[in-house]
Amino acid sequence: MRKFLILLEREMKSYFYSPIAYVVLCFFLVLTGFNAYTMISALNRGPTDITLVEAFFNNAIFWFAFIPLIPLLTMRLYSEEFKLGTIETLTTAPVNDWQVVASKFAGALLFYVVLWTPTVLYFVIFKYVTKEHAGQALGAFGGSYLLLLLMGAFYLSLGCLASVVTSNQIIAAIIALVLVVVFFFTGLLGYILGTASQGFRDFISYFSTIDHMRSFTRGLIDTRPIVFYLTMIGFFQVLTFQIFQFRKWKS
Amino acid sequence: MIKVENLSKRYAGHTAIKDLSFEVERGEIVGFLGPNGAGKSTTMKILSCFMPATGGRASVAGYDVFTQALEVRQHLGYMPENVPLYTEMRVNEYLEHRAALKGLGGKKLKMRVGEVKELTSLNDVQRKIIGTLSKGYRQRVGLADALVGEPDLLILDEPTIGLDPNQIRQVRDLIKNLGQKHTILLSTHILPEVEMTCSRVIILHKGRIEASDTPQNLLSQLRAVGNIRLEANTGADTGLEQLQKVPGIKEVTLDGGANGAEGVPAAVNGNGKAAESALPDADGYRTFNLRVEAGADPRAELFRLAVERKWTLRELARRRATLEDVFVEITHAE
Ligand SMILES: Nc1ncnc2c1ncn2[C@@H]1O[C@H](COP(=O)(O)OP(=O)(O)OP(=O)(O)O)[C@@H](O)[C@H]1O
Ligand SMILES: [Mg+2]
Repeated sequence: MRKFLILLEREMKSYFYSPIAYVVLCFFLVLTGFNAYTMISALNRGPTDITLVEAFFNNAIFWFAFIPLIPLLTMRLYSEEFKLGTIETLTTAPVNDWQVVASKFAGALLFYVVLWTPTVLYFVIFKYVTKEHAGQALGAFGGSYLLLLLMGAFYLSLGCLASVVTSNQIIAAIIALVLVVVFFFTGLLGYILGTASQGFRDFISYFSTIDHMRSFTRGLIDTRPIVFYLTMIGFFQVLTFQIFQFRKWKS
Repeated sequence: MIKVENLSKRYAGHTAIKDLSFEVERGEIVGFLGPNGAGKSTTMKILSCFMPATGGRASVAGYDVFTQALEVRQHLGYMPENVPLYTEMRVNEYLEHRAALKGLGGKKLKMRVGEVKELTSLNDVQRKIIGTLSKGYRQRVGLADALVGEPDLLILDEPTIGLDPNQIRQVRDLIKNLGQKHTILLSTHILPEVEMTCSRVIILHKGRIEASDTPQNLLSQLRAVGNIRLEANTGADTGLEQLQKVPGIKEVTLDGGANGAEGVPAAVNGNGKAAESALPDADGYRTFNLRVEAGADPRAELFRLAVERKWTLRELARRRATLEDVFVEITHAE
């Protein structure tokens, strides 16, 4: 555990050392701020039954901020270690490979959490100024952020996988983006293939991040997506671990 | 300290090392020599548990490198070739991170990092970002990293490459001193260095061990072989043909010639044919390097040849065999 924390500390530091991190941070704040602003303006236009939390998490701007974030956070993780050769010093120190894999994933997730944390403020300020509830209940609010975390963890683990297969950061970013987009749009297949059988659509609904978000922001906390995301995270981390060891042995 | 039995490593379709077996005792400083691609780095990567072998067994400090990798790593300081480092970190920060990873903490960590910075003369640059350091300084950071965990065994892949002469000497002394407490396995292409620091030499060639002995023994085996240096004005002859015919001579090479890069044979790694084009110097003299068969001493014969062909001799001397000769002798592609 101590080794894991030491590795995690380095992962976090390396985010804050790169200028790209600050660019991402700014870009991200502007985008989410803009998102909150437009949604509040929209709600101002007339009476409506959706809440700010629902509006904030279920629109194109939100997904536009979310999707590119994943490759940006994960492209460096393994690719750079392989490129620089630091994989050799890293894995010949007295640490287990699983500690390395876990610390990289945890580092990306922690930075992701740091990025989203300021958005909590939007809702707090909203409530303070308007004396209105931002979400339907604390459950919807908490549920939204829980799903945001799980969803992020799942897509970040896709990014980890993309980064471990190549030594080129740009290629890692492209693969990550493709994986994220493929999974994201698989969830939409249910809408396109309206004629498909019920069983197929049920299956597809597991992948439908958009649907999950919609129900969680309304306060409908379903355990199936939670189990789905946790399983997938486990699966992709194990896969990443295997490829990591394989590549190390080949080099 | 190190025990290697029938170790082999195959890369996709290509064998890097074949059936290596050797042992290194506690307190030894062993030099790994061999031409490029001989398998030195590969062996070191296996011993440091970076990658598994495809056959055979190896153990470090009594722990098997395949099944007890974590224990092995705890006893080992490894410096890979090309010294990979996190370029965005500062020297201090990097060393502290590495020390922590190797299980140090608190006051002990600070003290140890201070010690290794002292040993590798890194104090001037301790607050610099590693990416901005010159190659030699990076090399020292890598060395400091290998030392920081106070390992029993040091594996150093070309530790002095890229250092300035002062630093090379300093690192050499450092290695000698460390040898009193630690066991060291190092690879290098600088042969005099091996003669000066190592208690034993292992020469690898094409993935096999060709020799394993003290530098002194290797040299004494070779004393009979050695080299002869001959400087003569051969007039119209190039001299090569006649010299090659002298019994006991294995190979003739011509030194630089007109532009006179003295002591640098025209074709060290050649296939036995010296550069015919080498011109005599301004006075008409050519310098030949003659490799001699074991036990033969053709100097008298050479003198007679010179008299017979009316060559003027300016030098005819036997050169003391060096480790370089041993190296060339063993790894020379016939
Ligand atoms: N990842 C790899 N894939 C395939 N072949 C490899 C790989 N790494 C090394 N080799 C081959 O293994 C052989 C031994 O390489 P190694 O790096 O051990 O040589 P070396 O003795 O360290 O050479 P040098 O003096 O140049 O450092 C070489 O023929 C090399 O081409
Ligand atoms: Mg090498």
